[in-house]
Formats: sequence, C-alpha cells, structure tokens
Amino acid sequence: MPALGRAALLLSFGLVLYALVAGSYAAWRRRRRLALSAQNALLASFLTTAIAAGILWAALARRDFSFVYVSQHISHSLPLGYALSAFWGGQEGSLLLWLLILSGYAALAVWLNRGTRELMAWVVPVLAGVAGFFAFMLCFVSSPFDTAPAPADGAGMVPSLQNPYMLAHPPLLYLGYVGLTIPFAFAMGALLSRRTDERWIVATRRWTLTAWTFLGVGQLLGAHWAYVEIGWGGYYAWDPVENAALMPWLAATAFLHSVMIQEKRGMLKVWNMVLVALAFCLSIFGTFLTRSGVVSSIHSFSQSPIGGWFLGFIVVCVVFSVALIYLRLPILRARTKLESLVSREATFLYNNLLLVAFCLTILWGVTYPLLTQALRGETRSVSKPYYDFFLHSFGLPLLLLMGIGPLVAWRRASVRALSRMFLIPFGVAAATGVALVAAGFGSSPPGLLAYTFSAFVLASIVLEFVRGRRATGSVVRLIGRNRRRYGGYLVHAAIVLLAIGIAGSSSYQTVREHALRQGQSMEIAGYTLTYNGLGSKQEANALATRATVDVSRGHSHVATLHPGKNTYPVEKTTSNEVSIYHDPRNLGDVFLIADQIDPNGTLYLKALVKPLVNLIWAAGFLFVFGALVALWPDAVEQRRLAERYASGAVAA
Amino acid sequence: MTLALVLGGVLALAAVAFVARPFLREPAPASDRLDEPGEPERRRLALAEERDHALAALKELEFDHRTGKVSDEDYRSLVGPLRRRAAEALRSLEPRAEGRHERVRSSR
Repeated sequence: MPALGRAALLLSFGLVLYALVAGSYAAWRRRRRLALSAQNALLASFLTTAIAAGILWAALARRDFSFVYVSQHISHSLPLGYALSAFWGGQEGSLLLWLLILSGYAALAVWLNRGTRELMAWVVPVLAGVAGFFAFMLCFVSSPFDTAPAPADGAGMVPSLQNPYMLAHPPLLYLGYVGLTIPFAFAMGALLSRRTDERWIVATRRWTLTAWTFLGVGQLLGAHWAYVEIGWGGYYAWDPVENAALMPWLAATAFLHSVMIQEKRGMLKVWNMVLVALAFCLSIFGTFLTRSGVVSSIHSFSQSPIGGWFLGFIVVCVVFSVALIYLRLPILRARTKLESLVSREATFLYNNLLLVAFCLTILWGVTYPLLTQALRGETRSVSKPYYDFFLHSFGLPLLLLMGIGPLVAWRRASVRALSRMFLIPFGVAAATGVALVAAGFGSSPPGLLAYTFSAFVLASIVLEFVRGRRATGSVVRLIGRNRRRYGGYLVHAAIVLLAIGIAGSSSYQTVREHALRQGQSMEIAGYTLTYNGLGSKQEANALATRATVDVSRGHSHVATLHPGKNTYPVEKTTSNEVSIYHDPRNLGDVFLIADQIDPNGTLYLKALVKPLVNLIWAAGFLFVFGALVALWPDAVEQRRLAERYASGAVAA
Repeated sequence: MTLALVLGGVLALAAVAFVARPFLREPAPASDRLDEPGEPERRRLALAEERDHALAALKELEFDHRTGKVSDEDYRSLVGPLRRRAAEALRSLEPRAEGRHERVRSSR
C-alpha cells in the first residue's frame, strides 16, 4: 500500500505539472482543447490525491507501523479518533491535507466555472502552480509513505493534541488557509488574461467569505483548545503560529470590505489585488511557520528541513504577484474617485488601513526573531506588551469604526444627518462609560474603552435593524434584500461580543495561587474553593490523577471541580488537566489548575476567575450565523449576474 | 507490491485517458481557438457593470434616504446625476435594456 500511495502522489505531481505547463501554453496560444485537457488534469489530481490520503488514513486506522509516519505519531493505546487525527498532526500528513483540500477546491472551482473558459484558462495554471509545489514536497522532500521495519508500538501522540478540538481545529484552519488560494488564482488569472472587470470578484466572492469563515472559526476553536488543554488559563498568547493564522484573516477581512468599494464604485482595484495576494502569501507563510519549526511555538510540533523550500516558494509568490500587479497597473485605473472623507467608502478605507497596519505590525513581530538571527546571529523576540500595544492602538479604533461605518451614507454625509444618526449610539456609549466608571471598572482604561465602544457599536447595529425594518416593513424582508450587509452586521455583533469577552477576561480577571492540604480552603473573587481529596483512574492512554475541589459562593455550593494531571506512559510525559466552572451569572469561568501535586497530597492550586469569557465562545456561533446569512445565495442577484455575463455564466 | 503496481498502472492509464479526453472527443475540430471576448463584448460587459453600479447606487441612496442617513438636501443633489448615469448606461445597452430604461425614466 505505501507503494500505491507514492504512485498516487507521483501521479498527482505529474498531473498538476501538466496542468501548469500545458495550461499556461494553452492560455498563451489560445488553444481550447489543450486548456480543457489542463482542466481535466487538475480534476484528476483531486482523485489521485484523495487515493493517497485514503491510504494514509487506512494505515493510521490499522496502526500499520511499517509506515514511518504512523509509527512516529500514534500508538496502539491511542483511541481511534485521535489516531485518525494524526493525519494532520505531523508535517507530511498536513502537507498532504493541504494538497487534498487544494485539489478538491480547485476541482470544485473548475467545475463551477466551466462556462468561463477564457478566465479559467489562466486560473488553472495558477492553481496548478501552487498545487505543484505541495505535490513536489510530498514526492521528493517530505513523503508520508516512507517505510521501515515495524516497531512493536508507535511513539504515540503529543498529549496536548489528544483533545477533541484537535479533530476539528487544524482541518478548519487548513480549509481557510487553502481557501485563500482560490481568490488569489482568480485574481492572478484576471491579470494574466487582462480581464480586470469584476468577473473574478463575482466568481470568488463566496470562496473568500467561506475561507475567511473557516479561518475565523478555526482560530476560535484553537483558542478554546488552548484554554481547556494547555493549562495556563489563557486562550491567546500571541504565539507565532497563532499570529500566523491571524494575519491572513486580517488581510482577508480588509479585502472583504474593500472589494465592496470596487463593486459599488469601481475604486481600489490595485489595492484589492494587493490584499488578495497578501492574504494568500500570508497563508503560505502561516503553513511555513507551523511546519518548519523555525520559530519557537507551542504549536510547532515538528522541526524539519522544509523551511528553505517554503521560503523559496513564498519569495516566488511575492515576486510573481508584485510583478504582475505592477505590469497591469495601466489597466487597473479607477473610474471614480472618493467624493468625501466622511462617507461609507471612506470608513471602509480607514478600516482597511488599520487592518493592514495591524497585520504588518504582527508580521514584524513574528519575523523579528528570524531577522535578528539571520542578521546578528542572536535571536531576539518581541513579547506580549508589543502586541498588546498595537492591539489597543489599532483594535480599539477598528471597533469604533464598526459602529461608525453603518451610520454613514455612501458617497457623502452631511453634518445634520450625521448628528441625527449618531445621537442615540453616542448617548448609549456615554451612559455605559459613566455607569462602568461608577461601578468601579475604571481601573483598566483599555477595558473601559472596549466596553464603551462595544456599547456604541451594538447600539448602531440595533438602530440599523430598527430603521431598516421601518423602511421595508419586516426584518426578514430587510435581511433577504441585502444579505451581505445584514450578515455583515451580525458578524460585527459577534466581534463586539468577542471584544467584550476579551476585555472582561483579561483586564478584569483575578488570579490566586495557594498550597492546600486536604480540607483547607482559599478565597477568590467571592468564591470559596475547598480541597476535599485526591484520586487516580487508569484511562486508555493515560493515568489520570484528579483533585476534588468544591466551589461555593456565599453559603451556596455551586460546583465540584476536578483539576489534575495525566501521565502518559507511552509518550513519557505529564500534562495539566484543568477544570472549569461556567458561572451563568457573570458569563465567566472559575478556572482551576493543579500546578503541582505533592506525594503527601498537598495541592498547589492556581485559580483564575475570568468574567465574561464565555462571550468569546458565544461570539463564534453568532460569527458563523452571520457568515451563513452573508453567504446565502440571493436569487435576484444571481439572475442579474447571469444576465450580465450572458456570454459565459459565472458561478457566484 | 505487484498489486500496487497494477493498481498504480490502471490509475495512470485512467488519468491519461481523462486528460486526453478533449482531443479524443474532437480529433479534428472546426476551430480549436479559445473563446476570447472581442471589443464589442468587452464594451457590453463594461456597460453592464456601469449600469449595475448606477442602479445599485440609486438603490443604496434611496434606502439611506429612507433610513435618515442622507438628508433631503443631499438626496436631491445626488439623485439626479445617479439617475442620468443609470439612464445613459441603459441607453447604451439598447435594445436589451429597453424595459429597465423605461422604468428609470418613469421613476423620475
């Protein structure tokens, strides 16, 4: 079977290489049958890659330790679900996942846009070029099908990866990372074919939104995984690999906003091309950071020699994109100009500048250790205060703009109309700020600002729905007529919940640490924690030791928690297993970590009370709902676009 | 190993046949030229986009006016040029857009 896996991957490489070379020639020389043949090669590469992926999954399920990849990542005692998730737990498997998703996406894009041959003629070679890099890596640099005499048992899986979130978090992130290849390929295809009309935007609108949604949900799941599994009490630590996923998401967020200006006003064509290329290059950079091990990260589960290849590919992608955009500048001129600095499109522009500035400061922070190592021979890195400074500097104005944007009209807005629109949200924000200061929440200025701005944004969103309902007669009709706008508002509301949750759980959290003997108690933020004993249980893959801690508030018992540690005999390691009480009264958590358990039974208990933290996870559901509303097809728009592109329908 | 080789060979043959399909289906086509929109089609597309932009902008303006984001004064100064732009784009797309052109005129 490993031989068949290698053969399938070699076939994938041959097919995408053919799609690249034959497709480029066909697009250049305008050869119809050759272009179709290149498309077929791309479609076939999905099948061959799926076969290779199926073989690896089967080997993981059967625990076939003759596969080096299998013996290095799982063991006999590992439950089946985690064994299957090892597909993306290691470098070779995750490269194969990249190729599998990309070839699947590419096949779907080719099939959906089979009527738009002249644009697809150039899109196919671009997609094939990206797929070709990953297929090359899998065939010649980092194969998942290397074999060796089978050991009696495998090395097992890193304990922190043995978590249900790992079944969904990496694939969702990859669906997002890889999904950004499609808008990139269409944008480059449009430039190569000199078709700078909106066809490429129409064709990729949903692709971008889908990839962006996957990336956002993947990051939230990753944050929740870190929260419940890593055992330090946080959910985001500005880790390079976490940042690597955030950067393309920020670039894609900027693009989703600025592309609306191109669609409505015909402006920002160059800027949109730059953002699409930036988001794609950052997604490759994210994969490079995760997989190369060049930076120290809790998420870099492997050290490998693939870094140089990735760096080379990123350079090729950047040079290719910049050169192509530069060469096509004359045909990317805007038809119209910004009429006023106080208009909806102007607020989108400010939002774009802030998003990209934030993205670039994170990029600088992530690459700083690499640059200092390369230039000065010593690794220096930036830490939390650097990122927090820029989060406050760019994040808070972005939050405020989310409230301002919807209240401002397109083209231009008069002072009278603005003052009327801003009156209620401004009043709500001011009242919230005053109430918070009076309640003693003025201790953290960023937290106070975040809450006040959040109140402003929520008030403006609610007003938008109320005024819109008045104008159209019903909320359903209102949303139905403009799904993208109102889906976007729901996503904005989700971001507000996220901001409130982050501000509450970071600026206003309480932390205490005590050594407790059985029967002793400690106090924290109105809760009493009583340590009532210790127990052990043998699980399938670990020995679980758990303390019993009763949580009470006033005289009422509210929960019994079991923080502890897992000892993994195969992996020869121990992990912290946290225990959490979700308090419905303040939407926060009592978060317990058994930092140390002495042989005499003394428990070194670290407790955190994190108000409003559950709003972060609730935001995820609203985020997905808003994205689905925005993604839902609009029959009227579909008909209009079909009529516009009558000579070749576009799958929007 | 032998089975893998046979399966790999079958897979390769199937892939080659699928890739060669356009040539096998049309060994001697009347034209092998990839369609490329001519100047009239590019112009029609540009006008259709212009028409859609103008109509969308009118729709947005109406909605912003009804929800109070645009004052009466701003509305009056913005609506005229937008209607003219939409009408011009529709006129240029005649006869395809005759119906819509009439609708815009009657809404003035």
